[in-house]
Amino acid sequence: MNRTKGDEEEYWNSSKFKAFTFDDEDDELSQLKESKRAVNSLRDFVDDDDDDDLERVSWTGEPVGSRTRPGSFQSLSDALSDTPAKSYAPELGRPKGEYRDYSNDWSPSDTVRRLRKGKVCSLERFRSLQDKLQLLEEAVSMHDGNVITAVLIFLKRTLSKEILFRELEVRQIALRHLIHFLKEIGDQKLLLDLFRFLDRTEELALSHYREHLNIQDPDKRKEFLKTCIGLPFSAEDSAHIQDHYTLLERQIIIEANDRHLESAGQTEIFRKHPRKASILNMPLVTTLFYSCFYHYTEAEGTFSSPINLKKTFKIPDKQYVLTALAARAKLRAWNDVDALFTTKNWLGYTKKRAPIGFHRVVEILHKNNAPVQILQEYVNLVEDVDTKLNLATKFKCHDVVIDTYRDLKDRQQLLAYRSKVDKGSAEEEKIDALLSSSQIRWKN
Amino acid sequence: MAAHLSYGRVNLNVLREAVRRELREFLDKCAGSKAIVWDEYLTGPFGLIAQYSLLKEHEVEKMFTLKGSRLPAADVKNIIFFVRPRLELMDIIAENVLSEDRRGPTRDFHILFVPRRSLLCEQRLKDLGVLGSFIHREEYSLDLIPFDGDLLSMESECAFKECYLEGDQTSLYHAAKGLMTLQALYGTIPQIFGKGECARQVANMMIRMKREFTGSQNSIFPVFDNLLLLDRNVDLLTPLATQLTYEGLIDEIYGIQNSYVKLPPEKFAPKKQGDGAKDLPTEAKKLQLNSAEELYAEIRDKNFNAVGSVLSKKAKIISAAFEERHNAKTVGEIKQFVSQLPHMQAARGSLANHTSIAELIKDVTTSEDFFDKLTVEQEFMSGIDTDKVNNYIEDCIAQKHSLIKVLRLVCLQSVCNSGLKQKVLDYYKREILQTYGYEHILTLHNLEKAGLLKPQTGGRNNYPTIRKTLRLWMDDVNEQNPTDISYVYSGYAPLSVRLAQLLSRPGWRSIEEVLRILPGPHFEERQPLPTGLQKKRQPGENRVTLVFFLGGVTFAEIAALRFLSQLEDGGTEYVIATTKLINGTSWIEALMEKPF
Repeated sequence: MNRTKGDEEEYWNSSKFKAFTFDDEDDELSQLKESKRAVNSLRDFVDDDDDDDLERVSWTGEPVGSRTRPGSFQSLSDALSDTPAKSYAPELGRPKGEYRDYSNDWSPSDTVRRLRKGKVCSLERFRSLQDKLQLLEEAVSMHDGNVITAVLIFLKRTLSKEILFRELEVRQIALRHLIHFLKEIGDQKLLLDLFRFLDRTEELALSHYREHLNIQDPDKRKEFLKTCIGLPFSAEDSAHIQDHYTLLERQIIIEANDRHLESAGQTEIFRKHPRKASILNMPLVTTLFYSCFYHYTEAEGTFSSPINLKKTFKIPDKQYVLTALAARAKLRAWNDVDALFTTKNWLGYTKKRAPIGFHRVVEILHKNNAPVQILQEYVNLVEDVDTKLNLATKFKCHDVVIDTYRDLKDRQQLLAYRSKVDKGSAEEEKIDALLSSSQIRWKN
Repeated sequence: MAAHLSYGRVNLNVLREAVRRELREFLDKCAGSKAIVWDEYLTGPFGLIAQYSLLKEHEVEKMFTLKGSRLPAADVKNIIFFVRPRLELMDIIAENVLSEDRRGPTRDFHILFVPRRSLLCEQRLKDLGVLGSFIHREEYSLDLIPFDGDLLSMESECAFKECYLEGDQTSLYHAAKGLMTLQALYGTIPQIFGKGECARQVANMMIRMKREFTGSQNSIFPVFDNLLLLDRNVDLLTPLATQLTYEGLIDEIYGIQNSYVKLPPEKFAPKKQGDGAKDLPTEAKKLQLNSAEELYAEIRDKNFNAVGSVLSKKAKIISAAFEERHNAKTVGEIKQFVSQLPHMQAARGSLANHTSIAELIKDVTTSEDFFDKLTVEQEFMSGIDTDKVNNYIEDCIAQKHSLIKVLRLVCLQSVCNSGLKQKVLDYYKREILQTYGYEHILTLHNLEKAGLLKPQTGGRNNYPTIRKTLRLWMDDVNEQNPTDISYVYSGYAPLSVRLAQLLSRPGWRSIEEVLRILPGPHFEERQPLPTGLQKKRQPGENRVTLVFFLGGVTFAEIAALRFLSQLEDGGTEYVIATTKLINGTSWIEALMEKPF
């Protein structure tokens, strides 16, 4: 084996060098360690001769890109549009003057070609609208987004908004580049103006709504969402946006209240089950779960009661029952679970009914480690015999399995099942009793 | 060390050497000792074309990751930033440059933009007052990176989003440039076929670029006979389905990045004692996956159900080979045995790794949920119950399975139904928003804009026509000894590859009607060759077609094309290029809306 080659491969490939791979699941501390380790192991084959340097390297462990702030983009667009009478492209020469050979006679197409090669070219000479548009068309025909954007920046600065928009409306490719560019630099204001001009109202609405993602403060976010209500979304989306606002509004109230309750330490549920995270900005279903967990018995009048959430957001029965079941099962509140599925008919008889199907109820109960007695009760309510047997077998509800085989008069299966129960257990006895019973007319 | 690149019909080492040469030339421009500061995203792709030794030969003494605040101390003359042209990276670079200690020895700064310089970025640096600090600002046109003997990728993560959502054609421009580079090295490609709006654009750019470079006549004998440009949005279906080849499943489950995969370490025994003891046992096992590994080359493109038998056969052969040592009696025999040992040991190591990986995958593929998901996918693709709310998808949402998984399935249903009924679409949307958060409204709009999730218009479902004409669903699929490309999805034949197959035989004229249903124009262009360069094909000699997927390609599609290359009477061998290697998950993820 060639040792150096092995080392090289190791350098690029080895997982030891995590400093050079994206690894978002790592927390900062381990990244820091990784980076240090990476640096230290570099020494083995990179710097045999001077090992001191590497020790001094300070690695912050800060992930790349974390400094990206929307605010800083804003300043670029400002700078670009406000730089007085300074041309954009001409400044971008190679510092050693390699390309200082520009002439004032470049045609739009020459200019674009030179721009594409990264050479210095004055755009400022193009004063007439016609020249500017020709410049743009040349750039578009090159398909080089870099150059198209450069020309667009020039046009953006030297043309009035109205003319720029009007001309771009008939130049779709350039228009799309401008939209992309405005999004990238975060010039939300001009972007919204553009959508308004183009009468692209839904995009306008979405683009405005999108901004809420960058607002961390819950109250500010809530206020911002309020400004989104009534924007020209589709009818369906309008309802969702309204709900988004209402939900956050509720969450802010619930959060303040519960944080207070929790810190006061007087409420049993919060003492027994301290909250793991704030409820702010959680999805609706998560909020409903939270409410079923901490506020189940509250009257409909309170914002935090599950029934209130169900009504406000028109949560379908199925969704509600699923969520309430999961929450109550987690608390092992079996009476609540029972009540969820008990309905009384007009004669006063109670009946068990599950809009989600009892097989789902069983799965959820099992996931929450419900005891066999509870599971058994619900497995028995599963109507389809095969599903019932499957679930009963899977979750070791022996009585259900045994009774079902008995009812099916399936001696063979019962016999086979005997090997699956514990020796000398009550279940085994039960099976033996059935097998030796002369009352049953087995089908096999 | 990159020998596997020259195994194929087209020697891609030529391209690799060319890009390496360009890199060396740049490094030599910055005379003296150097430190490279890396945009982390680039280290993966760069690893495929240059080892550290190359950099070291050109006086690169240190390497750092691009991070805010001050640069680490390094006693070098040059600091070179290797970055993608992104605004947020310019901010970091500026911070590095501005916090440079002026009392220390002065260091020269340079920037290498990959793959292109950007006027916008340079303007940003200027605004931050650091543009003048850079002596060299250059670009390194690493457009197409050789991944394997028959595979090139631009690894441009947002190409699909930019092309199909933003309408930004920059990545198409890079694709065209990459193709020009290829033609400069491998000769003009005489025939260009294409399907889709982006394909049309790229062909136009190529023709235009060729016209501009008329000064230098390309005198290289053409290696490629055809180029087929395919828009990803012509076939939105394929990436959504779960890939069922070995390599495809590794990618689906663990994600292959720049030909490396990270796996849970438990199934892999520690390499050496003592050495490995210091490492945390939880550290992921990282493996390189390419055709340089004989066993992997053999099994990567097989349906996963056919992998087990190959592995067990190999195991028998290898243990038999090791048993041979008992038969080696004479010195000569022993010597021969010993000489084969390194190869045998490598084969054994490789077998052990892939057995472990196959076990890991089997844990997933034998799970109930995987089976249920696959059943639903296959129902959709074969046209069953695509027009109503699907129970399994509903359950996935109720149980809060990953949002991407849900979106993949809903999009698959939509594509297989030429859009969903408004009522069904609204239902899914509401469930998703209520369960995963209202802000995903933005992502749903992106998916709609990309054509992945949309209401059915005109009440007409074209998918059955497409499916039948192109034979996209095959009921009798042979996973062990496949006779058709549909083995890669255990029944579904990827639409994109079917198009390539039909182009080579009997030609697209036979499917005009379907081509008109699929989005975008289809076209054919010829690039005339001087008579001296025109090929006279020997009888039985295969044509070479370069298939370029604009917007991404999956490993299963690559496997299907390789299958076609290997057909005895196929007549065509394929080389594959793409803007990005994708799977359904990475693809959807790129379309999701995140905070700025």
